[in-house]
Amino acid sequence: MNHNINPVPLSGLYKVRPFFTPGVIILTLIALNGLVFVALRFIFGIGYVTNLSNEYPWGIWIGIDVATGVALAAGGFTTAALGHIMHREEYHSIVRPALLTAMLGYTFVALGVVIDIGRWYYVWHPLIYWNPNSALFEVGICVMIYLTVLYIEFLPIVTERFMGRVNFPKFLKFLNKPVEWLLEKLDKGLSKTMFIFIIAGVVLSTLHQSSLGTLMIIAGEKMHPLWQTPVLPLLFFLSAVSVGFPMVIFESVIASKSFGLKPEEKILKKLGNMVAPILLIYLAFKIGDMFIRETFHYLFELNIHSIMFLIEVIVGVIVPLFMFLSRKAIKSLTITFWASVLVIFGIVINRFNNFIVAYHPPYSFKPYIPSIGEISVTIGFVALLILLYRAFVMFFPIISVQPKNNAQIITANNYEVLNEK
Amino acid sequence: MDRRNFLIKTIGIGAAATLGNTNESVATPINVLSEDRMGVLVDTTVCVGCRNCEWACRNSHNIPTPPLEDYKNRSVFKEFRRPKEYSYTVVNEFSNPQNPLLPIDVKFQCMHCDKPACVSACIVGSIDKLPNGSVVWNSEKCIGCRYCMVACPFQIPAFEYLTPIEPSIRKCDFCIERTKEGKLPACVEICPVEALIYGKRSEIIKIARDKIKRNPQRYIKHIYGEYEVSGTSWIYISSREFDKIGFPKLSNKHAPGVSEAIQHGIFAYFVPPVLFYSMLGTLMWINKRKKELDVEEESNES
Repeated sequence: MNHNINPVPLSGLYKVRPFFTPGVIILTLIALNGLVFVALRFIFGIGYVTNLSNEYPWGIWIGIDVATGVALAAGGFTTAALGHIMHREEYHSIVRPALLTAMLGYTFVALGVVIDIGRWYYVWHPLIYWNPNSALFEVGICVMIYLTVLYIEFLPIVTERFMGRVNFPKFLKFLNKPVEWLLEKLDKGLSKTMFIFIIAGVVLSTLHQSSLGTLMIIAGEKMHPLWQTPVLPLLFFLSAVSVGFPMVIFESVIASKSFGLKPEEKILKKLGNMVAPILLIYLAFKIGDMFIRETFHYLFELNIHSIMFLIEVIVGVIVPLFMFLSRKAIKSLTITFWASVLVIFGIVINRFNNFIVAYHPPYSFKPYIPSIGEISVTIGFVALLILLYRAFVMFFPIISVQPKNNAQIITANNYEVLNEK
Repeated sequence: MDRRNFLIKTIGIGAAATLGNTNESVATPINVLSEDRMGVLVDTTVCVGCRNCEWACRNSHNIPTPPLEDYKNRSVFKEFRRPKEYSYTVVNEFSNPQNPLLPIDVKFQCMHCDKPACVSACIVGSIDKLPNGSVVWNSEKCIGCRYCMVACPFQIPAFEYLTPIEPSIRKCDFCIERTKEGKLPACVEICPVEALIYGKRSEIIKIARDKIKRNPQRYIKHIYGEYEVSGTSWIYISSREFDKIGFPKLSNKHAPGVSEAIQHGIFAYFVPPVLFYSMLGTLMWINKRKKELDVEEESNES
């Protein structure tokens, strides 16, 4: 057995520290502020909270919450492909954190869709009313199925947490045995069939990550030529793959810092090692597409489009590419970390550009600038996601700890002792 | 054939196109272009900007409206207006460089494209291109995602942003309720100067060509909507370039073409996804076996 893989709930480590650290309190406030605007949206309508209009029907709720959310949750399927399909066991320790991010990420994507669509109570309609011509239909169906797959993939973590520990209080005690039996059956069934869901997850992700790019193609001339291209689906897919590992690296380092653990340097650096080739392929297609469509001249018009495009490509792709390629990345996790941050930044800007900056309605009376309400909701959702992530890793066995490297860390066995008291 | 007779005759055809085809919907199913689809020719050189059509449109769609007299107020022309939630059609006025005393008035509404982007885009298929040419939104399926608005090249569908429950997509429906009963669209009926000619699309294109041919000084040689986005049911003729009188410059390719080609390419009868699935499955199986073989070998050695 590989000793790296030893996921434990981290709450055992928190005997000394409270759940509500100052950071957590700030995040809670940001989340609550966002939820206030969500409530206002449901009471008074979308127009009350947002700056959306007939000219700009989609804003940051679609551009950031949904489109960027899906891209940043790509770590789920890229690590599943690496860990399970390529069967590289040394990476198994990062599969669970990435799965959690994907599960929470997609849950918030779904929430983002629900608050953005006018008739949120019909969000399930695509299940029964089909329009196979629509790229959005494909994205919708894939995301719905993939979200279910993610929940199924997460179930073994739940059964692992509770199996042999079911302990209902007093009058519910009679439930202990049947629930235990149910968990055991579930665990057995899942471990036999999990491969079906893991492969399905990778296929579904490939499909909707690319179809998300098809979305804006139908906007035709409304989209600035720097971004409007028939290869958008491919660019979206490649960029999603390229941000998968950086996202895992980013989270892993942040989570380790926040919980006082030692980051798994070797594995993270190895992951970082795989980013450069993918980035390079993405960049090649992006530049190649510009050559073929002869859109270079738009870069010399100094305006918001050329500037945003250059930021996206130079800061978000080329600089991190060189950082990942440099020999320093082998020695220092810091370089890998900051390169990952830049890749993530690049993808966020890319999705923002595609859905917001590039969109130019033929008749526009004033430009779209997201309202305080829209920004509050978007930031609030991010805060809520971080809080949930923290709660999940404290309660469920997700993050692996390396016992011998750090004396303070309580191993799985110790944890159980603590928990029983 | 004079214009009055033509109009009366075409009402009959229009009604037949609507009714006949709804009865035999198998022969001409929804969203397949009918040869007999109707259209409107707008002659912007005839329009006087009385805005009666705006009133008639509201009136026939049960949208609250000020009395007809109020529409005589021409000060609204100072600003460029767009169709929106509670006004499906608007008339804008543009200067006429040839004759400053005769400004150009242009009525605008949904163009009812032959290959509508909104129909292709709608996630649940709640917009249809009907056999009589109308592009019509239906309430039951709509989820309010506004993708139709993103897709529309003419920026036509409008949304009730301030309605928390059951907000609707709102746009010109080519008076589908009226044409079903054999009536003319409300705007066409009320137009006092016959700037709007309702008829089979193939017929009104002939009329437009004829008009341009007979009066080459009066018109530019361009029928807007004949080829734009591969054809629209509403077509326009004008004395001034169309991009100068508020029309978007569009290519002749229809908007949904590329995205539908990609969609159907990826999903060709589900073959690519299934192939991909089996490929990954095989890969997973081989890799797992390889690991097991390695373990086996190691234990044999030791």
